[in-house]
Amino acid sequence: MRELSARPGRIVPATENHLSAGQVMAARRSFLAASAAGIAGLGGAARAQNGSTPSDPQGLVPAWTRGLGAPVAATGYGAPSKFEANVQRRQSPGLTRTGEASVSFTPLQNLFGIVTPSGVHFERHHSGVPDVDPVQHRLMLHGLVDRPLLFSMNDLMRFPSVSRFHFIECGANSGMEWGKVAVPTVQYTHGMLACSEFTGVPLSTLLGEVGFDTKRAKYLLAEGADGSALTRTIPLEFALDDVLVVYGQNGEMLRPENGYPLRLIVPGVQGVSNVKWLRRLEVGDKPWNTREEALHYIDLMPDGTHRQYTWIQEVKSVITSPSGGQVLLERGYYEIGGLAWSGRGRITRVDVSIDGGRNWRPARLQAPVMVKCLTRFRCDWRWNGTAALLQSRAVDEKGNVQPSLAQLRAVRGARSIYHNNGIKTWRVAADGEVSNVEVA
Amino acid sequence: MLRWRDAAALLLAFVGLVPPAGAQARFGFGRTPAAGEIAAWDIDVRPDGHGVRVGRGSVAQGQEIYDARCANCHGTFGESNQYMVIAGGVHAEDLKSGRAAGLRSAAVVRTLGNKLNHASTLWDYINRAMPWSAPQSLSVDEVYAVTAYVLFLNEIVGAEFELTNENLLTLKMPNRDGLTRQHGMGRVDARSDVQGSRCMSDCGAEPRVTSEIPAFALNAHGDLRRQFRPLGPLATVDSTRHELRPTMAAMRVDAFGSEREILTRNACTTCHGFDSAVIGPGFQEVAARYRERGEAANYLVDKIRRGGVGVWGQVPMPAQSAIKDDELMIVVRWIISGMQHAQ
Repeated sequence: MRELSARPGRIVPATENHLSAGQVMAARRSFLAASAAGIAGLGGAARAQNGSTPSDPQGLVPAWTRGLGAPVAATGYGAPSKFEANVQRRQSPGLTRTGEASVSFTPLQNLFGIVTPSGVHFERHHSGVPDVDPVQHRLMLHGLVDRPLLFSMNDLMRFPSVSRFHFIECGANSGMEWGKVAVPTVQYTHGMLACSEFTGVPLSTLLGEVGFDTKRAKYLLAEGADGSALTRTIPLEFALDDVLVVYGQNGEMLRPENGYPLRLIVPGVQGVSNVKWLRRLEVGDKPWNTREEALHYIDLMPDGTHRQYTWIQEVKSVITSPSGGQVLLERGYYEIGGLAWSGRGRITRVDVSIDGGRNWRPARLQAPVMVKCLTRFRCDWRWNGTAALLQSRAVDEKGNVQPSLAQLRAVRGARSIYHNNGIKTWRVAADGEVSNVEVA
Repeated sequence: MLRWRDAAALLLAFVGLVPPAGAQARFGFGRTPAAGEIAAWDIDVRPDGHGVRVGRGSVAQGQEIYDARCANCHGTFGESNQYMVIAGGVHAEDLKSGRAAGLRSAAVVRTLGNKLNHASTLWDYINRAMPWSAPQSLSVDEVYAVTAYVLFLNEIVGAEFELTNENLLTLKMPNRDGLTRQHGMGRVDARSDVQGSRCMSDCGAEPRVTSEIPAFALNAHGDLRRQFRPLGPLATVDSTRHELRPTMAAMRVDAFGSEREILTRNACTTCHGFDSAVIGPGFQEVAARYRERGEAANYLVDKIRRGGVGVWGQVPMPAQSAIKDDELMIVVRWIISGMQHAQ
């Protein structure tokens, strides 16, 4: 302990009654006033904050205990505590040129469990967030069908509904890490990732309603109602399996930035296929080769070819605590925690290493472990004050094992942009600082 | 006492709870769209000709439209690196081989020209989503013309070329054979082609750190202490010790006040950053040049309304006719005042 705290400039744990800057200023004002009154005492800063009263002369009872709080419904739709203001989705400077065609990242370092609060769900828009009126919004289902249909939101919400938990990960998540380490925290390395409970209609129900040409139909085109009218090809086998047309997210309607009032959820498939502001589904016999599957979201291989229609997000995990930008202040117990997921099914196992991958031990998986859903893992660790290299490695129910970055690059090179599911390493330095590194 | 008739009614009610089964049992929700409704939305065009519209447009016609409506973002020669680079990286031999050879090199600029496999995809995308701030505003023939011009910029067609609904489908793109579906990343039941190790102890060689975040990059995303909850078992590093200047992104958030809504709604921020150029000059740069000039407000109002080229570079600023007079004055006053927020 001593040698850890002795280095000049090192952050040390605050004492129990430590004060914020604002509190120090307030305390100083109280102190001056008290001095003038001739009743100042040493160590009175925290007490001065609470103020002494006849019943509590030492000021040991906090102000919020000695008065009334806000009434019910003071805010009709509640927001997090003002002390949680640091928890924000954020952009990565220099990544894009304009906010309307950009991405913001989920603050994974600040989240618990597996559900992403809707307000910090990562965003990716191609032409900004449209302001869609749900009463006027329609979903058209046509193409190789027996009877094309146009559904209002009222129509769609009349169908039998289901709720399921699924992750959404952008195909380019961790794309900035393909070459080398470039960003400081897990928010930017892995934050194009979120997980929600989605409620809506199975697409198979809607396909049953229109009836489709079972001989010729092989794919669907999904199209958004935003200015980019974004289009993606969806294989029919996915559509008949677990694809949902959803309007609900985490108990409320979708947020505008997540596709209000209607989006597609294609479980386990890269984010761009989960088309937001969904307005049209066309059944067809061939894939569409749209801009988002012929110019972007194609994976460049070392021989100069691009892999096309790389739909699946493969098995992956990341430690979110401790992670880049954090500091361990003392030796002793820490819980290593993080998230694991696979677009091919359930997570069955996560191993954790503290020595950069030489030795591993299994982590605990938090139930429920669901299909194509984030799974929270945890592992106990006693830090002895020496440098460590933290890693996690996930395995899914199909037996796919998360590869190292070196294993990934050996096959796919370093220029792919998309589908980086390599093992992430965080270095804990001897002084406790955690930073983003890559190991080989 | 439950009588037979009640029991039958209950049974029927129960039967009614069973979801419809089979092709005949539909819910009957939704309505049949009118032919016009389908035609208005069904705009997708596929490489095999599905959805192709009858029309034509020449390179020369396309250049006129491109210079007026596209060059401000994509550059006069399609060279813009601010948005999608739409031209370059194509070699004459690629047109014969069907593979953009340059993509094997790490140094190559990846462009529309050397990546795209089918011209129909370009037509479809321009038709549905361009110009970026006014999508679906071009006529069918105009889309053919602009597509032809972009192909010309990529040296795929000559200056005299006219693109039609027929040659759109037969045109050979330089990277037409450069995309592959020979991989398992499209099927849930396939095995990933890259697999990690299941080794649990004494695995591999001693790990070596091969890349780490440079000190200067630690603060590139702003003060990290404001990005972590100040509670819990771990503290946050002081990233500001490495860099004192706030990043542009952090400034933008703080610097735009109530004017932000006007600037974003009118797509001003698409081209203008706060303190530095995106495509056009940053607002601060404009302020520095014109603040002390007589009639600065009138000059800027006129410049924004009429557009121009040559003052800040060769990328033209399109005339802005849509912004309302009162909003235009708010923006101009805001710029001249050095971005002081209106109250």
